Amino acid sequence: MAAPLTLLLIVAVTIRAVLFRSSWAELISERVEVVSPLNAWKRVVEGLALLDLGVSPYSGDVFHETPFMIYLFHFVVDYAEIVFMVSPGLVFCLSRFLTSLYLFRKQKYALESDRYPADCLELLRSPKEMFYIPLKVAMFYLLNPFTILSCVAKSTCGLNNAIIALFILCTLKGSALLSGILLALATYQSIYPLTLFAPALLFFLQRLYIPVNLRRSSFWFFTLQYAFIYVGSLVVITGLSFFLLGSWDFIPSVYGFIFSVPDLTPNIGLFWYFFAEMFEHFRLFFICVFQINVFFYTIPLSIKLKEHPVFLIFMQIAIISIFKSYPTVGDVALYMAFLPAWSHLYRFLRNIFLVSCVLLACSALFPVLWHLWIYAGSANSNFYYAITLLFNFGQILLVSDYFYAYLRREHHLTHGLYLKKKDGTEATLVLK
Amino acid sequence: MGLLSDPSRRKVLTGLLTRLNTPICIVCYLAGIVWFMGLAFEPFTLRTYMSENAMGSTMVEERFSSGERALSLAKEFDAHKRKAGGMPVEWLVKAMQSRGLEVFTQSFSRKLPFPDENKERYMVRGTNVYGILRAPRAPRTEALVITAPCSPGNTNNQAVALLLALAQYFRNQIYWAKDIIFLVNEHDLIGTQAWLEGYHHTNITGMEYSPLQGRAGSIQAALSLELSSDVITSLDLVLEGLNGQLPNLDLANLFYAFCQKLGVLCTIQGKLQRNDWDTAEGYTHAAQTMMLMVLKQACGRSWGDHGLFLRYHIEAASVRGINSFRHYKTDATTIGRLLEGMVRKLNNLLERLHQSYFFYLLPSLSRFVSIGYYMPAFGLLAVILLLRVSFPGLCHCFSVSLQPSSPGVLTVLTPVVISHLTGVALYLLPVHLQEMAVEHFPVSETEAVVLTAIAIYTAGLALPHNTQRLLSGEGTEQGWKVLKLTALLYLAVLLGCTALINFSLGFILAVTLVPITASITPHMPKALYALVMVLLSPAFTILYCVFIYQELIEAPVSVSEGWMLFLSVISQGILDHALYGSLVYPLLALFIYPCWLMFWNILFWN
Repeated sequence: MAAPLTLLLIVAVTIRAVLFRSSWAELISERVEVVSPLNAWKRVVEGLALLDLGVSPYSGDVFHETPFMIYLFHFVVDYAEIVFMVSPGLVFCLSRFLTSLYLFRKQKYALESDRYPADCLELLRSPKEMFYIPLKVAMFYLLNPFTILSCVAKSTCGLNNAIIALFILCTLKGSALLSGILLALATYQSIYPLTLFAPALLFFLQRLYIPVNLRRSSFWFFTLQYAFIYVGSLVVITGLSFFLLGSWDFIPSVYGFIFSVPDLTPNIGLFWYFFAEMFEHFRLFFICVFQINVFFYTIPLSIKLKEHPVFLIFMQIAIISIFKSYPTVGDVALYMAFLPAWSHLYRFLRNIFLVSCVLLACSALFPVLWHLWIYAGSANSNFYYAITLLFNFGQILLVSDYFYAYLRREHHLTHGLYLKKKDGTEATLVLK
Repeated sequence: MGLLSDPSRRKVLTGLLTRLNTPICIVCYLAGIVWFMGLAFEPFTLRTYMSENAMGSTMVEERFSSGERALSLAKEFDAHKRKAGGMPVEWLVKAMQSRGLEVFTQSFSRKLPFPDENKERYMVRGTNVYGILRAPRAPRTEALVITAPCSPGNTNNQAVALLLALAQYFRNQIYWAKDIIFLVNEHDLIGTQAWLEGYHHTNITGMEYSPLQGRAGSIQAALSLELSSDVITSLDLVLEGLNGQLPNLDLANLFYAFCQKLGVLCTIQGKLQRNDWDTAEGYTHAAQTMMLMVLKQACGRSWGDHGLFLRYHIEAASVRGINSFRHYKTDATTIGRLLEGMVRKLNNLLERLHQSYFFYLLPSLSRFVSIGYYMPAFGLLAVILLLRVSFPGLCHCFSVSLQPSSPGVLTVLTPVVISHLTGVALYLLPVHLQEMAVEHFPVSETEAVVLTAIAIYTAGLALPHNTQRLLSGEGTEQGWKVLKLTALLYLAVLLGCTALINFSLGFILAVTLVPITASITPHMPKALYALVMVLLSPAFTILYCVFIYQELIEAPVSVSEGWMLFLSVISQGILDHALYGSLVYPLLALFIYPCWLMFWNILFWN
């Protein structure tokens, strides 16, 4: 296991190193699909320059990183490439732990297989299958072209991904304190990971055998404890940022920027086109409508998946990357890294082929339509936005397909794989 | 979504697609072809109309009257050109200065990767002369360009002379709101390329040029003028630019409107318009005109000096005077008036031309087919590839190949990589190996390049046997299915992207590649299908296009002449890529050909 992982790491680092040195790096770092106004390296450099001059980095309308990020880069700016190389490496190590931990849980699952009907045994994963999952997860993340592009463009999205991955690792390891702190850090970085609070809490409750019951004091005790860790560290981090910069400038400049979407540079998300077209007086209303998408699904999903918090984390990350205001391909890569962990769902997936084709075709069409719009001048923004819509449609279809497959597997685990109708004929499951 | 989530309906749908897969594919293919041919039928096309407000509402009055003087200038220019043995730079500078323009020159030099035998040039040195007429009415932030190439021999003298006469007339008018640049460029496209790169401070093709000393605002539109006789019978409008890019349709509308107004015969692709669309001849005529446009656009080269302007987001067209044996004659004054009218209308523009279409085909000057009408023709062909992909056997392979541990992925990777390496060789070797080839074989450099390309292309056909040897053990049934799935998806994405950038190229490639790639399996009679595949390969597509083009311009060629033309087309394609950055050659060499090789591998799978 160690040998292929090392080999994989070497290959991944080599690809990135080669690309960093090639003339492509500059081209990639200009692509709107890869960098957003939030995480472009160019803007970090600008912020650093302002900081060095003793001006608040937020005084222009260019820099939108958090204060921690700028102080991190203040010290390591000369080694920026190495930082960006390390960050996916970090995710990679984590993925390894993450899945190996997950693997133990699943093994336990397998031991309990006598609880399930006999014909469901083929639905449970053998330890041998699970043995390869860390390798697959690492491969999906490290060799994913999206991650490579994002890393070569020095998009700080890679660092955010690393923080989220660390958070997931700590959660799965069962360390509530670290998990709360890292979740606060992730929230501090980009607000949206806020929704990961619910799955993390559910996971800890499940781990400590505390039933989700509003009338039980133990439930409230733990919930408050975890919420306190989370909110407390969030307050501490924000306070620290204030003391670092000596002003609250960063609040409107980072979080205001994320929420009110003033920068309408095209990207792979859904926001820019709508808000470029919209009349000014409807703007506030539609911003609420659009932003609520990210947070809204937390409630129904948490209720439906309260027994499966790890899958819920995956769903939440995917929803964040689809509906956030400035998505980049780096965000897409993060939840795609989870897909091999659900390899036992392949037999229940229905549209995976269609979705792969759509995502593949869209990835090819993004640069083509961008060229036609911006350089050739013959197409226009509608062409590009059409592809953006299709890309997001593909992602939503992918996520809902996984969701359906997960539910269906659970159904089969309890009711048997070969369902019979009352009259003895073969039955089919319909999701309504 | 209901269709996608309801299993019973899904089953019906997939069952239908599986059972009727082949008939549906055949119907789609025929429908695609018929749809495309139907585009030239007049009732299905739209009448062109002026969309741009600033150019449509008012007609200007043309008063240019110095056509005779232009003709005498042409004689003078001719004499000086002969004396200088090239472009008479000093005379031109003086002539422009005396007409009150700010005159500048730009020298450039370019060494071609290999000699261009059509135009007999290798080391190119030349000078561009341009004069700027500063706008009296507005801040000088925008400009228009009128260009006339100074060609060798006694062609195009009248164009340069008319340019000078127009400059003199324009200088005396007060209504100019945009700077007007009068450019006389040497060595046609190379000169234009040098000037444009100098103007925009870019260097994308490795040309050496001296920086421009004078500059006007951002260029809004450009007209290129080609005239070689004192009187002409008709004016031809050339629109096809680099990589099949077209200027805004309003530019063509503008030309057409002024031709109508001044009673000048105008043609497109050298074909006059006919009014009898309901007769067979009328339809054939329109179809021929459209086919010519498709072929010209597909080859991705610039068909006049205007073609290079399009890359810089400048709407441009070439106006070419034709002198045939018709009795109807137009003199230089009328052409001058036509240009005056067009430039004045362009001068009225408040913003860049963007109102009208950028994606269109023209069956005649007054009728056009927009992207919404012609894309379905391509879509019907592309959907065949997707239908074949969704073929259930293949679909199943996909889910199998998702597991990286299965052998499917590795067996597929080898042919894919080898095909692409062949493509890279086809792209790089011909130009880089020419010296070696010239040393060892009795050929010229140009022949060496073309023949090396053909040799590598042919050598690629022998690949399957070598690929198979590299594979461990027998190729499995699963293996070729996965390969076919990959290749079909690859081809679909490739053709889709191509068709968006250059519809004609994408459509022509789809017409020849789709039928064979959709039906290929290793279980077919090898010899017969190998022959069919070779006959439908990209190189043969180019050969057919050469013959069809010659047939359409009413200059049919014999087989051997056609072959020579084919060779020169290949060398021109490689040159266009090196000189101007045309993308057709790299597209064919690096993507289409390797993709075709993947299907060739499937045929010889064992």
